[in-house]
Amino acid sequence: MAKMMYRDAVVSTIAEEMERDENVVCLGEDIVGGMGTPGGPEAIGGIWSTSTGLFGKFGADRVIDTPISESAIMGAAAGLALSGKRPIAELMFADFIGVSLDQIWNQIAKFRYMFGGKTKCPAVIRMAYGAGYNAAAQHSQAVHQILTGMPGLKVVMPTTPADVKGLLRTAIRDDDPVIFLEHKALYGVSGEVPDDPDYMIPFGHARLSRAGQDVTIVSTGLLLGFCEAVADKLAAEGIGCDVIDLRTTSPLDEETILDSVEVTGRLVVVDEAPPRCSLGADICALVAEKAFASLKAPPLSVNPPHTPIPFARELESAYLPSVDKIEAAVRKVLSYR
Amino acid sequence: MQLSREALLRAYRQMKVIREFEERLHVDIQTGEIAGFTHLYCGQEAVAVGVCEHLDNDDKIVSTHRGHGHCLAKGCDVNGMMKEIWGSRDGLCKGKGGSMHIADVDKGMLGANGIVGAGAPIAVGAGIAAKIDGKGKVAITFSGDGACNQGTTFEAMNMAVVTKAATIFVFENNHYSEHTGYQYAVGTSGDIASRAEAFGMKVWRGDGTDFFSVYETMREVLDYVRVPGNGPAAVEFDTERFFGHFEGDPQRYRGPGELDRIREMRDCLKNFRKSVTDAGLLEHSDLDALDAEVLEAIEESVRQAKAADRPTAEDVLTDVYISY
Ligand SMILES: Cc1ncc(C[n+]2csc(CCOP(=O)(O)OP(=O)(O)O)c2C)c(N)n1
Repeated sequence: MAKMMYRDAVVSTIAEEMERDENVVCLGEDIVGGMGTPGGPEAIGGIWSTSTGLFGKFGADRVIDTPISESAIMGAAAGLALSGKRPIAELMFADFIGVSLDQIWNQIAKFRYMFGGKTKCPAVIRMAYGAGYNAAAQHSQAVHQILTGMPGLKVVMPTTPADVKGLLRTAIRDDDPVIFLEHKALYGVSGEVPDDPDYMIPFGHARLSRAGQDVTIVSTGLLLGFCEAVADKLAAEGIGCDVIDLRTTSPLDEETILDSVEVTGRLVVVDEAPPRCSLGADICALVAEKAFASLKAPPLSVNPPHTPIPFARELESAYLPSVDKIEAAVRKVLSYR
Repeated sequence: MQLSREALLRAYRQMKVIREFEERLHVDIQTGEIAGFTHLYCGQEAVAVGVCEHLDNDDKIVSTHRGHGHCLAKGCDVNGMMKEIWGSRDGLCKGKGGSMHIADVDKGMLGANGIVGAGAPIAVGAGIAAKIDGKGKVAITFSGDGACNQGTTFEAMNMAVVTKAATIFVFENNHYSEHTGYQYAVGTSGDIASRAEAFGMKVWRGDGTDFFSVYETMREVLDYVRVPGNGPAAVEFDTERFFGHFEGDPQRYRGPGELDRIREMRDCLKNFRKSVTDAGLLEHSDLDALDAEVLEAIEESVRQAKAADRPTAEDVLTDVYISY
């Protein structure tokens, strides 16, 4: 086991997989960082430092710095994937999917099905998402809600460095398109990561980060840490929480959620995206359909309000679900009987 | 140079306001009191001012993520902008937009934009509206050497030609998009204006570090686009950015001595001062007096921003049609 940061888990996994398989190529804006400048290539190495050193190691054919052209990046990833390569395309901020959505949604996601299963499209599309930097409405969004609803895409949301390592490796070796969502506020977080060069985490397997009998809390990404803080606080009062980190929203690990709710009878889903048609709505509906008899309280979802993301500090923190709001929701489901 | 003394003083003042506004932001951002991403326009003032001095409130502009200069040149309130960037609820956009999303539609300022390349199509719409209204008004979009590579920019150029929109594409080539050089990203030629030419537009080129070059070039461009039926035009200005891509950028992609050199040789304010004083149009003392006045105005805007009301949790829920 080595201790490393979330961002280093991204770059080391990409490097290891590029080493292992010559078909793996990367492309994206500023991923080399410094092309065509006096400071020279690799002056920057990716704005999130998630591609540092790759250009020096693998060269311009496999580490492709692109112009600001998201639609062309995603289309090129599609073409590379259909031509036997295994592209890893970086979208600098998840918000920019708007520009490239046709290539992701109508092309990459649909090839395998539309072409009668004769085609695979092994593209990984990585993007940095999430709030926490006062970057306002066009640079802070959590986009899993949109992408999870698109058939044909697998959607991965790692929370820890170890999960980055295991899930990104699975994504790169997967023959289907995978959306890999990196929370920008987690890049600097450190954790133990297994050294095994084939360490992989299969999709659709959630992780239990806290175990307890009284309430099930489901979350992902940045907000998982908030949920753990609530669980730890309540543990001191003798209240036990199961805290489930989904890790992938498609496929969804229904079994882990339902097994937990069957024991606890209470569910709180905590999500960074707005409430309508959300992960919270989806999982509450799942539990209502399949574990209704176990429920001791109505399932609750904690989301930001149905507004764009505001800029000012006070507004962004009021927007995001907080530890207090999560705790209040948990106490509310506990208050039934 | 046919500008009156008043017009010269005004142009200098506008450029100086942008310069001092941002030099001050550069300092205040270090303290951590200002949150979010800020992209400074310093070095490019001659473009914003040389363009906007020809416009009134009924002419529209659409800006970029590097929008402070365009906003100030188009007449947005200095205090309102400073408060917005500080995140106050009295800011121009109530603290909801911040540096990247400042707008004031009444001033014909249709918004800075966090999405690179998003502005050009919006300016086509505004340019079509101007054409329909038939009053000789125009819409201008500013795009960098990076933004010119977006499909949106290409689509907008073609659509402007097809619809004969009264739209002007102003390309500000400051040689970098984030940390990538334009000669890499804009094909091998690095030539943006000829792309617009290929779409069938009349194009101009100018020195974006020289106010007079921008101002005179824009006069020609506007004389052309204001004529009903002529349709769009494009202009490329070669310019410089003095600070990093964003505040906090270590700028390792720059060459040795590059920043000192451009501050020395390609500073539009220095160049302006030299040409007007050499030509005997203004005295150093005239400009010094303006400098002092501008500095005081910026100080005042910071004082106001620091004292202004902060937003509260309830403000999250306003200005949206419904909240769940
Ligand atoms: C659609 C989109 N892609 C990428 C970005 C990230 N980004 C912000 S500014 C920028 C560079 C823009 O370069 P240029 O157009 O030359 O303008 P400059 O920064 O030089 O003023 C990039 C890539 C973005 N904000 N939006």
